[in-house]
Amino acid sequence: MSGLAVALDGAEVVVCCGSGGVGKTTTAAVLGIELARTGRRVVVVTIDPAKRLADALGLPDGLGNEPVRLDVDPGPAGTGQLWAMMLDTAATFDGLVRANAPSAEQAERILTNRFYHNIAGALSGTQEYMAAERLHALHDDGRFDVVVVDTPPTRNALDFLEAPGTLARFLDHPLFKLLMMPTRRGLKVLNVAAQPVLRTIGKVVGGDVLADAIAFFQAFDGMETGFRDRADDVMTLLRSDATRYVLVAAPRRDTIDEARYFAGRLRDAGLAVSALVVNRSTPTFGTPRAARPSARARGATRLVALWDNHDELVATAAAEHEQLTTLADDVAPAPVCWVPMLHGDVHDLDGLDEIRHLLFEPGDDTAGGLFGREHPTG
Amino acid sequence: MPPKRLDPREFLTTTRLVVVAGKGGVGKTTVTAVLARAAFDAGLRVLAVDLDGKTQLADLVGDLPHLSLTAPDALAEYLETHGMKRVAKRLATSGIIDVVSTAAPGIDDIVVLGKLKQLERSGEHDLVVVDGPAAGHAITFLLAARGLLDTVRGGPIRTQALDVLEMLGDPARCQVVLVTLPETTPVNELVETAYALEERVGVQLGPLVVNGVDDGGDLAIEQTTDPALAAAAEFRNARRQLHRREVERLTDLLALPQWHLPQVVTAGLTADDVARLATGLIT
Repeated sequence: MSGLAVALDGAEVVVCCGSGGVGKTTTAAVLGIELARTGRRVVVVTIDPAKRLADALGLPDGLGNEPVRLDVDPGPAGTGQLWAMMLDTAATFDGLVRANAPSAEQAERILTNRFYHNIAGALSGTQEYMAAERLHALHDDGRFDVVVVDTPPTRNALDFLEAPGTLARFLDHPLFKLLMMPTRRGLKVLNVAAQPVLRTIGKVVGGDVLADAIAFFQAFDGMETGFRDRADDVMTLLRSDATRYVLVAAPRRDTIDEARYFAGRLRDAGLAVSALVVNRSTPTFGTPRAARPSARARGATRLVALWDNHDELVATAAAEHEQLTTLADDVAPAPVCWVPMLHGDVHDLDGLDEIRHLLFEPGDDTAGGLFGREHPTG
Repeated sequence: MPPKRLDPREFLTTTRLVVVAGKGGVGKTTVTAVLARAAFDAGLRVLAVDLDGKTQLADLVGDLPHLSLTAPDALAEYLETHGMKRVAKRLATSGIIDVVSTAAPGIDDIVVLGKLKQLERSGEHDLVVVDGPAAGHAITFLLAARGLLDTVRGGPIRTQALDVLEMLGDPARCQVVLVTLPETTPVNELVETAYALEERVGVQLGPLVVNGVDDGGDLAIEQTTDPALAAAAEFRNARRQLHRREVERLTDLLALPQWHLPQVVTAGLTADDVARLATGLIT
């Protein structure tokens, strides 16, 4: 078994994190394909609105909020399945409100509130929280053995690790408390005019905007406990041994810095990185047996150019490994898995399978000699 | 070949605010730094601005004037300059600002855009170059002004939004530079973003910057029988072919001028690399 296969053994949830543009979505899809090959029923959840996963998986119509089944290798026992879906933050949030509201009427009041729409679509952290929420629901879904999640490409991608969840924090907001403070008559009365802060906000953004916000907080009254309990359940799952964190990076300083930031966030939360995947590394191709010709030899220019190219790739690969040292130390003993840059771009199932082969069957030589196999660390 | 030539010196003097946008990982920050350096070398008073408070742009522009602009700071400044100095601090410390920006989404974007407009108008800079948000967010960021006009019916924020819209619609004041790599997915996403920006935001698109182009010719593999040299050359030729193909495809898809930045073979770019790229661009 490759180091990565060991790291994923027995996983029920796999969270892929890293900065934008490092091939996180692709990696999530590849892990899904491999887990299906081992006979497990897998669902891959992406948050990438650019529909790249759909493209890569050969789904021209894109992905929706419900999982669709894909045609992949089901493994020797024939039991493996791969499903994929794209997270619809707003729809997930709507479902959560309906499940927690004491009455359909109260749910409706929230769902039609304009402030709620803004939160469901735009509040920073909502997407991350809904990803965690959806992950929990899919984990409980009898159709699947493993859930693979592709986190959003933002620095707050791991915000869902902070108990007891973003929304619960939002409900702890001072404004919420201010608005919900019981008065002497025991009623929850709002007196906007009596609050200088609210008056000022009203002056800047207009009174109707503020009225929406107030109506939203009122409609949410009494639902905080349900939301908090749910957030606690999600946290328990994210902290369990069956949840694995795969860090994805490219060998460039900016993405390595981001990966180190994520590794630090996980460490602070008492969690470990299970594996580090380094995409798009410069490949090397072994040591030439021939001797380098003298640069002054007549007619050797084109042969010297081949040597220069070889040396340039070796030097770049070495610099990349050097750059990765600190990050590799940060996540030790997690295995570091290198995926060399391919000849072309990856945008179909065959391309994904090529990467899967590189990650999970590195010793096997059937890939057709496309890439170098010699990496200083493996 | 690119559809039409556009002299970098000329472009950098035709507008006063350049917002650099592109998907994550394409080198948006690098391009921002290169444009700022090129403008400086061309004798312009330039200001480089980042919107996320990360230090990367500051490192790459070296000794050029640089500003880190974040939404909370811009909002606090806005409130202070609009006679709300007393509550500004309380709003910030109580976290109520979060609620306000949720109630009127785009309000944080509009205060940032408003600040950029102020820098553009100040007369202190010939050119302001902004390391914009990642591609998807670039559209919402630039659309914030239009969106806010629907939500906010009156008051200073509405005036601000109207001013910003006026600036975005004037190519002599503001243009967007889109960045991509010469690879399939980034090119596709650039094309999508370009159409969305033109149709929905109505902002003028400047040149497209293709970053990291490996533009050497094909290596002569037949010169060797050594498998290591041959495999290395085969790999390099395949990458160069991909780059040529994708540049050609981009040219077919979008009739905009292109600037190409060569691939820099390093794992960590420095201000010196940026200076070299800028020299290559304007000579």
